[in-house]
Amino acid sequence: MSRASGRRRGTAVVRGVIGIAAFIALAQIVGETGIIKQNVLPLVSTMLAQAARLAGNGRFLADIGATLEAWAAGLAITVIIAVPAGLLLGSVPVVRVATRAVVEFLRPIPSVAFILLVNLLIGPGLRMTLTVIVYGSLWPILYNTMAGLDDVDPVAKETLRAFGFGRLAIIRFVSLRSAAPHIATGIRIASAVSLILAIATGYQTGRINGPGIGAFIADANSGAGNTPLVLGAVVWTGLLGVVLNMLLVTAERLLLPWHKASLMETS
Amino acid sequence: MSERKRAPRRLPSRRGGDSRRGSKPAERSEALARRKTQRAAAAAPPLGGGGRRGPKPAARQRGLGAKDTWRGGKHSWLSRWVVLACGVALWQLWAGHRHSAFFPPPSTIWSAMHQKWFNGPAGHLFLNSNATGNILPSLGRIGLGLAIVVAIGVPLGIAIGRSRVLMDYLDPLLQFFRSIPVVTAAPVFIALFKIGTQMEVATIVAGTIWPLLLNTIDGARSVDPVQVETARAFRYTAWVRLRWLIFPSTLPSIFTGLRLALSLSLILMVFSELVGSSNGIGYEMDQANSAFNLPDLWSALVLLGILGYLMNAILYLAERYVLAWHRASHG
Amino acid sequence: MLDVTELSRAYGQGPAAHLAIADVTFSVERGELLTIVGPSGCGKSTLLRCIGGLLAPTSGGVVLNGAPVTRVPDRLAVVLQDYSRSLYPWLSVADNVALPLRRTVKGRTARRAAAVAALETVGLADAARRHPWQLSGGMQQRVAIARALACDPVLLLMDEPFGSVDAQTREDLEDLVLAVRAERGITILLVTHDIDESVYVGDRVVVLTGGPGRIRAILRVSLPAPRDQIATRELPEFVHLRAEVSRLVRSGSQAQAQLAGD
Repeated sequence: MSRASGRRRGTAVVRGVIGIAAFIALAQIVGETGIIKQNVLPLVSTMLAQAARLAGNGRFLADIGATLEAWAAGLAITVIIAVPAGLLLGSVPVVRVATRAVVEFLRPIPSVAFILLVNLLIGPGLRMTLTVIVYGSLWPILYNTMAGLDDVDPVAKETLRAFGFGRLAIIRFVSLRSAAPHIATGIRIASAVSLILAIATGYQTGRINGPGIGAFIADANSGAGNTPLVLGAVVWTGLLGVVLNMLLVTAERLLLPWHKASLMETS
Repeated sequence: MSERKRAPRRLPSRRGGDSRRGSKPAERSEALARRKTQRAAAAAPPLGGGGRRGPKPAARQRGLGAKDTWRGGKHSWLSRWVVLACGVALWQLWAGHRHSAFFPPPSTIWSAMHQKWFNGPAGHLFLNSNATGNILPSLGRIGLGLAIVVAIGVPLGIAIGRSRVLMDYLDPLLQFFRSIPVVTAAPVFIALFKIGTQMEVATIVAGTIWPLLLNTIDGARSVDPVQVETARAFRYTAWVRLRWLIFPSTLPSIFTGLRLALSLSLILMVFSELVGSSNGIGYEMDQANSAFNLPDLWSALVLLGILGYLMNAILYLAERYVLAWHRASHG
Repeated sequence: MLDVTELSRAYGQGPAAHLAIADVTFSVERGELLTIVGPSGCGKSTLLRCIGGLLAPTSGGVVLNGAPVTRVPDRLAVVLQDYSRSLYPWLSVADNVALPLRRTVKGRTARRAAAVAALETVGLADAARRHPWQLSGGMQQRVAIARALACDPVLLLMDEPFGSVDAQTREDLEDLVLAVRAERGITILLVTHDIDESVYVGDRVVVLTGGPGRIRAILRVSLPAPRDQIATRELPEFVHLRAEVSRLVRSGSQAQAQLAGD
């Protein structure tokens, strides 16, 4: 059976590659035959060439580095704050209800809207970016952690209690383990949010906020006829997103081996 | 090998062995755990917004759970408003005491809101011309964007989800495109379309298509094999299969995707208007920002919160109605 | 009416191929109730699916009323074991029963009427507006049977239909099948792992051995009709037949186990 599934996966990979190649070829043809004019959307070849050239662009690489820094720092801070907070708040019923209410009302407000406010409050710079990132990433992790606690199998808890284990032990052996996949998913969502907010902040405030892909795209956008540059940078952010997601999935698989994480599991 | 409950062909399974007909308890709890987190992922959208349910155990395509321990019942609904009222009251007291320019008291914010938008005639729902000139266009963009996304995403999602071949060819592409941070759509479309409504709607569409499409694909893929086999055994025509089996079966996933798309649309609307528009809520925010008008800025934030809450509430009610069977059968 | 000739079905290819059934040959008369019994894993379901046109056999063939079966034939209905999942939860009971009729019966009222009639046959006329998940397991299976009957089939295939209901309900459903057959003269193939059931319900019992499924024996059930759950099961004839089938099934699996042990 595993040979059959191996063969199946092989087929899927081959088809996937063909799919990508076909898409690029099709896009190129559409551009070259003029179905979509080149001043509206540049040729795929131009975009890809530009993207390739960006790889050698020192400033762009520095920008990527800065964005990654912000992403990592923001995510780390958020996890350190949100996971224990979620576990704590989720364990006390009254607090849980109160927190729930707060979360429900704050969540609809898009975090990108807070960029302006924070910018006024703190002023441009890494701190501002991090504040926005932390604010935005807080909710998915908090929400998921608390919901993960909710999801614990009561039978499992009862069983431990019947064996005479105390509350702390129950949390350690049952609650954390069932909540872990939820927390992991929350972190993955937060990771996507972090990246988005890092770029959004950079784009919105511009280079005075410091280096970053967002700032780079903002610069590119302000020049005329720089569409290939913008698109090339966007291609890179896409790749970045894929890589980061795969990193997290791998980490999740390693840390939570019983839980089969899958690339599809983000929103 | 027991083939007692096997369908002739297994549906494609991306998540190593996810089969709803797994008869081993270990398999089933694996699958259950996975579905729980899928629901967690689906229920907690990024960047705030949407989703008033919590993740639910069991069944893969969960819309609203009947036993909603996270949301609680009516009791929790009331307590929510109580907490909100307390929060606002506390803020009012604190702001009255501290006089911070950056965190004006709710009363100030409210009067700013009233002046900006809500001092119009009663016949217009108290909306003044400024409101109709900004709030309505913003909502219109979201509406149009979502309509396009649904019109494209649902048929496409079902088509791709039902075809293993298509899925194989398209999956890497889809994964790549959905990993692109959604806000980059705005600069792209500014570069392509210049400033204006076209660019904003395009941004909203480009960002919100992914959750809807991917969730629809997921739902279409996971139609119960027993139900599919029944359709074969009774020789339902393709149309009957689509309309009465595949579509209703996919609806819960479509709604999940729609919830996510809704919250994303709000975000993208604001962002695209911030960076490239001449009217709209985001534009007003930008104006307020440039003028260092904090109350106005806060007004916009509060308005966004209200709008987001209302949109989610409407979607929630719609889902309750349409998916009543789903809640009841999976409760 | 139904001829199964040297039917074989293998899963997979090459040396790893798993032969589910091998050289199964038998015939079914019109109006007969044939039960197929065997140990788990002996290919009963595969056999049923091949007969019903849901699976293509690797070799051999099935002929129904003179026409070879290459896909699901007309006037054929199926009742599966997993009734709760085979009924669509977004449709009412009546709509579930009426859905297969869309191909053959035009007009909503006509379909509705046929559905209600079928539900009456199984004694569930007043459940028409309810939804499947509001009904008990036994009632759901009845709805599945009603759905099968609504199509007015000439051949009814039942794949362990009473496996997941409780004993009381199972007895009622067995009697229901007998009643339906007596009333309508449908030909029925019923797959079961329950030996008592196979003898009680059947006109003939086909005993399959395990992996790959082969016919071990075909026994004629000479019990009187109408059958009664208590009276018939007390008859010495019943006890004898039942023991005979049981012996056949067991010796079949033992031989199988011995082979596997080599």
